[in-house]
Formats: sequence, structure tokens, C-alpha cells
Amino acid sequence: MGLLGYFRSDKPQKSSAKSAKDRLQIIVAHEHKNAMCPAYLPEMQKEIVEVIRKFMKISNNDVKCEFSDNADDDMSVLEVNITLPKNK
Amino acid sequence: MAKVIVVTSGKGGVGKTTSSAAIGSGLAMTGAKTVIIDFDIGLRNLDLIMGCERRVVYDFINVINGEANLQQALVKDKRIHDLYILPASQTRNKDALTKEGVEKVINTLKADGFEYIICDSPAGIEQGAMMALYFADEAIVTTNPEVSSVRDSDRITGMLSSKSYRSEQQLDPVKVHLLVTRYCPERVQREEMLSIEDINDLLGIELLGVIPESKDVLSASNLGEPIILNQDSDAGKAYQDAVDRLQGIERDLRFVTYEKKSFLSRIFGG
Repeated sequence: MGLLGYFRSDKPQKSSAKSAKDRLQIIVAHEHKNAMCPAYLPEMQKEIVEVIRKFMKISNNDVKCEFSDNADDDMSVLEVNITLPKNK
Repeated sequence: MAKVIVVTSGKGGVGKTTSSAAIGSGLAMTGAKTVIIDFDIGLRNLDLIMGCERRVVYDFINVINGEANLQQALVKDKRIHDLYILPASQTRNKDALTKEGVEKVINTLKADGFEYIICDSPAGIEQGAMMALYFADEAIVTTNPEVSSVRDSDRITGMLSSKSYRSEQQLDPVKVHLLVTRYCPERVQREEMLSIEDINDLLGIELLGVIPESKDVLSASNLGEPIILNQDSDAGKAYQDAVDRLQGIERDLRFVTYEKKSFLSRIFGG
């Protein structure tokens, strides 16, 4: 490393503290979302699949349950999304 | 009214025991009868930090199991009049801590006139840590300005609001305070370390204090003296500020900005 390197080493390209904060913001938000989910959600998802399977051919991945809790509203939303095979 | 305060963090090695010792000592120095309980069953450490390891006869688990009474197990501090330590057991495993047992000991301490009951939590989120926080009225979440520590602090804050006695009984929630330790203003200024503002944004907990990185902390633990007794040290002063704030006294934040030493003061040591 020459003289130029000496001056450069003083200025790192991107601050590592900024990366730390960005990564944490994502992971913390994600974990909060998971923590809010009711514990019965996976079991309910399984049972919904069972019921639909009595009538149609679907796989476990075709049912998606998502729970969201908006701090601003005074209600929680449970979204159940079922992908059905094409009706022939 | 007695207050149960848990010192917790999730992650290990961030300064829970150092902080418990310092804050417990600081509270006792105001004349309030204070006990610090070591919940780290199997790995007793608080007695060493407090310098009373040679006077431990009975421990917390002995009291829970009825093998000794509380008076026999409490170790009285030799420097601070109103301070007592309840050491952890080294031989039992952490399942020896039962909710009923811990509750009985805390209630006996309250009946004995203790004003502050400081619970020094072990790391992790297992039985020992859960028991340490279960009966808390207030919590001091100890955090290093470092990614894994911040994440774990967030987890433990969630547990305080869902797995404590106060949450289960739907009482007022546990009052959570943030204590940032090993803070290095110089590295924050170089953007190599998360700043107080960053940590505040991420965790959203009321700030109790910021303890600067300091060599004096290791010296204090070498000697078995709580760091708060060293009032020449920045870390000792910062802990004193935190103790004052805990009692509702306003204190400005100190030791959080880096002032670059001028060329001359570097030479003359000013």
C-alpha cells in the first residue's frame, strides 16, 4: 500500500454501522410479524387443506394463511388464499 | 412498595452481571434495602463480581428447597450497608428453579422490607432467564451496539410483554428500560458502530443509560468491586446516572460524543 492507500484507508466506501441498521430493521420487522401470528395458525392451515381435499385435489402448499395486525386499525386480518386446480 | 427489577438481555456477555452489581450497589447506596439475586443456576458469577465469593455458604436453590432459610443464604455486602446478595447454586441444574419457589423467595424478601429486588438473569431464553423475568415490575434490557445483541434484546422485550406475570394477569405491563453498554463514541462517529439513535429506532425502548467502553470495568471485576464504586471512571459515572434516572432524577447523557483531541493536547496529554 502506497501513499495513496494511506489516504484512502481513512474513508471506507460504505459505513458498516449503516449496513447493521438496515439488516436489523428488516429482521426485527419480520420477527415482529411472526410473533404476532396466533399459535393455532399452522394447525388451522392443515385442517383447511384436509377439508378441501375431500372435494378437490390440492396440495399443502396451495393454501396460504396470513395474519396481519395493523397498529393503526383496531382490527386484525386473517387472509386465507387457496389456489385451486383448474376446473375441467 | 418493593420493586422487582430484572436485568436481562437474551445474549450472553453483554454486561448483565456487571450492570446488576453496579445498579444494585447504586440503589443500596441511597439507603434503600436492596438484594441482588443470581439466577444463573449452575454458573454462579455475581458473587465474584461483588467480591463475596468466599462468604457464600447457602444459595438460592437451598432456600427454594427449604434446606436453608433466607437469612442463612443472604450474603451481606461489607462496603454498602443496605446491600445483600443471594448467590446461585453451582451444583443443581436450572430446572431446580420453579415458579412457586421463586415466588416464595421474592415474597419473603418483600416481607423482610427489601425495597429493590434485582434479578440478574442468565443468558438465553430458557428456564433460568424466564424465571428471572417472570415476576418483574421493571426490566433493564442490556444491549451492546452490535447486531446479534440488538436482535436478542428485541426478542427478550417481546417475552417481557407476553410471558411475564404482569402480562398473564393483565396488569400494567413491565416497564422496560434500555441500557446500552460498551458504547464507543469514537467508532460511532466513524460509522463503524450502531449509534444510540439507531438502537432507539430499532428497539423503541426508553433509554436508561449509556455505559462507555472502559478498561476500568475489567479492573473492577478483577478486584471484585462493583464499577459504580469507582467514581473516577467514566463507566462508574455513567452507571450512577442510570441509577439516578431509575429513581426519576433527570440526568443529561454523558460520554456519548467523541471529541477529537487536538494535536497539542495529544502531545501534552491535556
